[in-house]
Amino acid sequence: MSEIILKVENLKVQFNIKSNKHLFDFGYDKLKAVDDISFEIKQGETLGIVGESGCGKSTLARAIIDLVPTTSGKIFFEGKNLTNISKEEKWLLKKDMQMIFQDPLASLDPRMNVGDIIAEPLLSFFPKMNKKQRKEKVLQTMTKVGLLPNVINRYPHEFSGGQCQRIGIARALITEPKLIICDEPVSALDVSIQAQVTNLLMELQKEMNLTLIFISHDLSVVKHISHKILVIYLGNFVEMAEKNELFNNPLHPYNKALISAVPVADPKREKNKKIDFLDGDLPSPINPPSGCVFRTRCPKVIDKCSISKPEITTINDKHTLSCFNF
Amino acid sequence: MSLLEVKNLSVDFDTHDGVVRAVNELNFSVDAGQTLGIVGESGSGKSQSVFSIMGLLAKNGHARGSVKFDGNEILNLPEKELNHIRAEQIAMIFQDPMTSLNPYMKVEKQLMEVLIKHKGSSKEEAYAQSLQMLDAVKIPEAKKRMNMYPHEFSGGMRQRLMIAMSLLCRPKLLIADEPTTALDVTVQAQILQLMHELKNDFNTAIILITHDLGVVAGLCDNVMVMYAGQTMEYGSVENIFYEPAHPYTTSLLKSIPKLTENIEILETIPGNPPNILNLPIGCPFEERCYAAMTECKLSRPDLVNFENSRQRACYFEKVRYE
Repeated sequence: MSEIILKVENLKVQFNIKSNKHLFDFGYDKLKAVDDISFEIKQGETLGIVGESGCGKSTLARAIIDLVPTTSGKIFFEGKNLTNISKEEKWLLKKDMQMIFQDPLASLDPRMNVGDIIAEPLLSFFPKMNKKQRKEKVLQTMTKVGLLPNVINRYPHEFSGGQCQRIGIARALITEPKLIICDEPVSALDVSIQAQVTNLLMELQKEMNLTLIFISHDLSVVKHISHKILVIYLGNFVEMAEKNELFNNPLHPYNKALISAVPVADPKREKNKKIDFLDGDLPSPINPPSGCVFRTRCPKVIDKCSISKPEITTINDKHTLSCFNF
Repeated sequence: MSLLEVKNLSVDFDTHDGVVRAVNELNFSVDAGQTLGIVGESGSGKSQSVFSIMGLLAKNGHARGSVKFDGNEILNLPEKELNHIRAEQIAMIFQDPMTSLNPYMKVEKQLMEVLIKHKGSSKEEAYAQSLQMLDAVKIPEAKKRMNMYPHEFSGGMRQRLMIAMSLLCRPKLLIADEPTTALDVTVQAQILQLMHELKNDFNTAIILITHDLGVVAGLCDNVMVMYAGQTMEYGSVENIFYEPAHPYTTSLLKSIPKLTENIEILETIPGNPPNILNLPIGCPFEERCYAAMTECKLSRPDLVNFENSRQRACYFEKVRYE
């Protein structure tokens, strides 16, 4: 049994938003982007995070890697609490946590060539490395992600989306991290290229025993790559389970609706399927509903839902849920 | 006679690097009440082909060939005549609903304008019909919503608004260019359901452009698979998904992960789509094809008919692939 590499406990991230209710209103409203989320990941595992746009999945990832400040809660990485260690210590840990971004071209500096882009983390984390060692390391990493060594002097605009994403992956891999957070890494790519990048990530994971957090709104891709999947809604924990358990036995009404809505490339199945439609729109995270945040759209709502938030219940060893109905 | 009949449609763009052939000799037809799906990767020419039908090409674009709508030639018609066909006969909805609505105009004005301009309706009539259409696309509290601006609507709501607007004049053909790509899955399901109902209620023909094969599977009767501006395969949705006859279609279907099955490793299509500025003389898919032969390099395979009303452009003898 491999050990737990990342543990998140009751994480909350809130942003202050100017309320602007009237001309001289200089007060702030609180936007709860992530509200009380807990989970843990074992080394070498992939945790998929799914949810609709604006549900806080990216904010959650960014909070883990310290790109946005957390409001409360704890993040343990290899047993160390990231929320109360010194800046220096945190900086050292960042070598082990890297991130891959959604827009492959926008996340690369257009004025730097591929070699410099990939080598940049080395400059920060291994300043003692000499030029030759750095180049060697860069070339080694490029081979790993399937980039030809002769492109090292080219610039990002000369590459296709899939190639740019490979550059981004190489940059994340060069410090030999233990955890990589992938924020919608394949959403901007064409179908045929998506499969290439997904396979690459899975191969690298096996080879380097990487732990991945894979964020996407595409449930099919998430199911393919993940071991465990966390569903969030409006910044709140909905359901987390082993992937087959989650898709074969969804328990939360939101999760059921989400899964039934995914189109499958199978005409007969698609034409006969029953979709659980959700009523209404996503409530504002500035002023979320009381109690369970999903209650305004939930088909199984009961009185209790508006009074208090459901606790996270364990259904079995691979399935947890936040709902009063179970 | 088909509602829309496209013959040998080609679209060229003059660019600094020479002439780019974005769409190459396209042939297809759509009957009333039918849905045609056009699938392809970015740059395969799926959007440009319908833009040329609607007369929406950029200034440096030229369309050639023939597009017959209800028996009348509509390709390259002058703006004035085209304006009668657009909205009244053929309507289009776009990928991003926010950029296709006027942010400075109230919804009621944008909707009523269509009817007043095209049908010569009075204000009262236009208002009543607009309101009715908002109800038809299931926008709650339609009366209140009429008095709002587009930014006050959510993404899914805006797309409903676009659909309502495009249906005001009861067009015979609706062209939807990636209508749900910018939306979340639960909202996407609602919009697709709505399009399904429209097809049944108004007998509207739909051309659906998308890269999402799941969306095609649910809504379309026929599918055209495009690659580098050309048709690779054409057939009924069942044929395309269950018995693909072109290596590109087969590879594409195998490269998408499925919710219903667990696959260890996805099959990939090696390489990248070709640069349409510099297409090979042979089959454009040859470089990435698992069944490529020497003749594929030498000349481009023609689109040929086989079985009942299926078409494919490939030299590979075997029609079925495992």
